Amino acid sequence: MTANPLYAASDEILGLAENWLDQRRTAALATVVGTWGSSPRPVGSHLLVDDAGDMMGSVSGGCIEGAVVEEAKQAMKDGKPRLLEFGVTNEDAWEVGLACGGTVRVYVEKLVADQ
Amino acid sequence: MKRALLKSLRRDMQSKTPACLVTNLESGQQLLIHPHELEGDLELSEALLEEARQALSKGKSGLLSDERHFAECLLPPARLMVVGAVHIAQKLCPMADQMGYEVTLIDPRQAWGTESRFPGLEILHSWPDEALKGLDLDSRSAVVTLTHDPKLDDPALLVALESPAFYIGALGSNRTHQKRLQRLSEAGRGPDFLARIHGPIGLSIGAQNPAEIAVSILAELTAVLRGAEIPGKVGRQG
Repeated sequence: MTANPLYAASDEILGLAENWLDQRRTAALATVVGTWGSSPRPVGSHLLVDDAGDMMGSVSGGCIEGAVVEEAKQAMKDGKPRLLEFGVTNEDAWEVGLACGGTVRVYVEKLVADQ
Repeated sequence: MKRALLKSLRRDMQSKTPACLVTNLESGQQLLIHPHELEGDLELSEALLEEARQALSKGKSGLLSDERHFAECLLPPARLMVVGAVHIAQKLCPMADQMGYEVTLIDPRQAWGTESRFPGLEILHSWPDEALKGLDLDSRSAVVTLTHDPKLDDPALLVALESPAFYIGALGSNRTHQKRLQRLSEAGRGPDFLARIHGPIGLSIGAQNPAEIAVSILAELTAVLRGAEIPGKVGRQG
């Protein structure tokens, strides 16, 4: 299936998230919740990260993943969700390298294993 | 996200059930919208709930109008059931696959629905009505009949008409279609019931060969799926 790659990708990442929780791994999920201008990954794209830094999926072409992983590790520690914004108007974003001329908003949440 | 909610979302995805996960981006509270029930610790106003449901029907994830909630819409791929492993199907099936449909081909005639004619495609060799009954047609399903043979097409159409399929189309000229409607009404089906059949199938683009006819059919299917106005109908322009 080629025209619905996002559903297939979400199926894969969320399935893996479930497996990781079943294995009692500490993990966080990042989701692209908004994009303005050109952005390499569409709204709904996911990045799954564990506390060792293992990751699957993507929320950009690779340019902001490092920063997202750091925030994800913090979220795993304090359990608080985060809303991050990267864009050309933000100097920090330039530093992490989102040079594609757009803005992307990423939500990061810890996956909670407790019933 | 809590484990229980993730498990529930996974069950929806595995059963190809549309689901929408709404997240409050400040509190992290979440609501999972299933077709018939709600689950989770987030309380959402009626207006935002309706917005999320609308987004789900289009499969379009995004921020809700208050910009404080994100709706992740997980709408499974649409399915297309093609009845008749004929030459038009040989063009139609791969094109529909590229458009993102999960395609199933149905033809009880073993010599027609072969792997060499339809590489990599799921092919069912049972009678079309039986096959369709087993496929659990839903509102994300489309049925297209291509055999020209009433023995195969008519029972398939009757099963499709009993389902919530979003598109039902039958190949054949205006005259063939009138005869088809006549037969089906003699089988006790009223005009309103039969009006859901798109016949003659496809948009009027002057299609002359199998690939062009496939384009005409898939253009109509797309217009119906996306809720666009249908420009020109095959067989109705004269």
